[in-house]
Amino acid sequence: MSAASHLPGGGASAASDDAPRKRGLGGYLLLSPGGLWLVVFFVVPTVTLVATSLYDPSGSLQLGYAMTWHWQNYTDAVVDYGPQLLRSLQYAVIATIACVLMGYPLAYAIAFKGGRFKNLMLVAVIAPFFTSFLVRTLSWQYILGDNEAVVSLLRWLHVLGPEGHLLATPFAVITGLTYNFLPFLVLPLYASLEKVDRRLLEAASDLYASPFTAFRKVTLPLSMPGLVAGTLLTFIPAAGDYINSELLGNPTTRMVGNEIQDLFAAGDYPTASSLSVILMAAIVLLVAIYVRRAGTEELV
Amino acid sequence: MSTATPSATATAPRSAGSRFTRWLGDNVVLLVGLLVLLYMFTPVFVVILMSFNDPAARNSYSFDGFTLDNWTNICGPLGMCEALRVSIEIGVLATLVATLLGTLMAFAMVRHRFRGRAAANIVIFLPMATPEVVMGSSLLALFVNGGVSGLLGFWTILIAHIMFCLSFVVVTVKARLAGLDPRLEQAAMDLYANEWQTFWRISFPLVFPGILAAALLSFSLSFDDFIITNLNAGQEVTFPMFVWGAAQRGIPAQINVVGTIMFLIALAAVVAGDVLARRRAGR
Repeated sequence: MSAASHLPGGGASAASDDAPRKRGLGGYLLLSPGGLWLVVFFVVPTVTLVATSLYDPSGSLQLGYAMTWHWQNYTDAVVDYGPQLLRSLQYAVIATIACVLMGYPLAYAIAFKGGRFKNLMLVAVIAPFFTSFLVRTLSWQYILGDNEAVVSLLRWLHVLGPEGHLLATPFAVITGLTYNFLPFLVLPLYASLEKVDRRLLEAASDLYASPFTAFRKVTLPLSMPGLVAGTLLTFIPAAGDYINSELLGNPTTRMVGNEIQDLFAAGDYPTASSLSVILMAAIVLLVAIYVRRAGTEELV
Repeated sequence: MSTATPSATATAPRSAGSRFTRWLGDNVVLLVGLLVLLYMFTPVFVVILMSFNDPAARNSYSFDGFTLDNWTNICGPLGMCEALRVSIEIGVLATLVATLLGTLMAFAMVRHRFRGRAAANIVIFLPMATPEVVMGSSLLALFVNGGVSGLLGFWTILIAHIMFCLSFVVVTVKARLAGLDPRLEQAAMDLYANEWQTFWRISFPLVFPGILAAALLSFSLSFDDFIITNLNAGQEVTFPMFVWGAAQRGIPAQINVVGTIMFLIALAAVVAGDVLARRRAGR
C-alpha cells in the first residue's frame, strides 16, 4: 500500500487559496440578486421577529398590534415555557452525543476502511434521506410500537417491564432526533477525516505510537473542524425540531418548537416571537461557548 | 491484506481464535460503521414494507397483510396527489431560482474581490445555522407585519424555499469551485479566450457537477420541508403537510408508496450520475 496514492493533489488546492481574484463591480453584480433575496427574506424577517416579540400581546391579527416595547413578553415566555426550552436543549445535547458515538465510527470507517466501497458507503449515508422526513419519522412509530420486535425483545430481556413501552417516551423522541440528524454529522466529519494526511499516521507509528495514541494525538485533533461543524449541524436543527416530539412523544415530551408552532397557530404572535428569539439566543450562546472551547474558528 | 492466512500460519502458528480477534481488532470500526448504516436504513425498509401493507383498521400502523392495492391505486387518499403536485411544482421552481442565484453568488465569493465579503459570508452561513422554526416564524412575522397574511400560500412557500435553499447551493458550488485549479482559467485567457468563452468552455463544465449536486440538494430540501412551510402555507397543502395531517387521523398506506418511489428515483439519479462520472473519467 503506497501512502502517496491517498494524498490529495496538494499543488492545485493550495494554489486556489491565494488565487488572484478579480476586482471591480463584477462581484457585486453576481452577488446582488441572491444577496438581496437573503437580506429581504432572512435578515429583515429576523429583525421583524425581534420587533414582533416586543408588541403589545393584547393586539390581534385582525385589530393589529401596537409596538409598546413590551419586554414582559420575554419574562412571560420564560415562565410559561421554561421547561420546554430546557427540555429542547437537553434532548438536542443527548441526540448530538448519540450522533457522535454512532457517526464517528461510521465516518472513520468510510474514510479509512472504505477502500473501493467508499463511494457506495457515502451514497448509503445519504440514501435514506431521499425518503421524506415525515414518512421516515412515522416509520419509527412502527419500529418502536408496542407489538413489534424491538419492544418484545426488550421485554423478554427484562430491560423493559411487561407493560413497558418505547413509543411516546423521551427515548423515542431522542431516537428520532438522533436518526434524523445523523447524516449532518457524518458528512462534514467524513470530509475532515478524508483530508487527514496518511503520512502523519505512518510517522506516528514509526515513532512508536500505539494505534490508539496515534488516533488521539493525530486523527482526532485533525478531525476537529469536521466534528465541530457536524455537531452544530446536528444540535441546532434538533433543538428547534418539533416533528419528532409530536410524532414519537407524548404531552410531557413537548419541545419549544411545539409551543412556538402552536402559539403562532393560535395567533399569539408576540409571545411566539419572543419564544423564538429566546430559542435563537440560547442556541447562539451555547454554540459560542462550545466553539470557543473546541477551539475552531474556521467554520464558514 | 497481503499478510493473510498462509504466511501467518507459516511464520507463527496462531490459533484460529487469535487470528479472529486480530481481524476483529482491525475491522471493529468497519463493523460498527456497518451497524450504524443498518440503523439508518431500518426506517427505509419499514417504509418499503409498509407500502405493501393491507391495514386492518384506518389508524393501524402494523403489518396486517400483503397487498398490491396501494401501488395500483396511488392517488386513492383524497388530496394526496394534489399535495404531491404542489410539492413538485414548488420544488422545481425553488430549485431553478435558488440554483441560478446561488451559483452566481458562489462565483462572486470565490473568483471576485470586493468589500463586504466577510459580511456576505455571514449572511450566507446564518440561515444554515438557524433552527427552522425560528426562520419560519421570522418570515411569518414579516408577512403578517407587511399586511400580506391573507396572501399566504403557494408564493410565500416558494419565497421561503428559495431562501433556505440558497445557502446550501452557495456552499456546495463554492466547494467545487474552490477545488478548481484557477490556472486552467488563466491558461484559457492566455490563449486569447475572452471572459465569456473562458466561462462557458472552461469554468462552467468543470463546476457543473457541483451545480447539479446543489440542484438535487435544493429539490430534496424543498420537497421535504415541513416546519417552515407549515408556518407560511396559509391554506396551501404540500405533501409533507398532507402526511402531517394524515398522521393525526390515520396514515394511508399510499404515503409509503410515495416514500418508496421517491427513494428509488433519487437512488437511480445518484447511480446514473456515478456511472456518467466514471465514463467521463474513463475517456
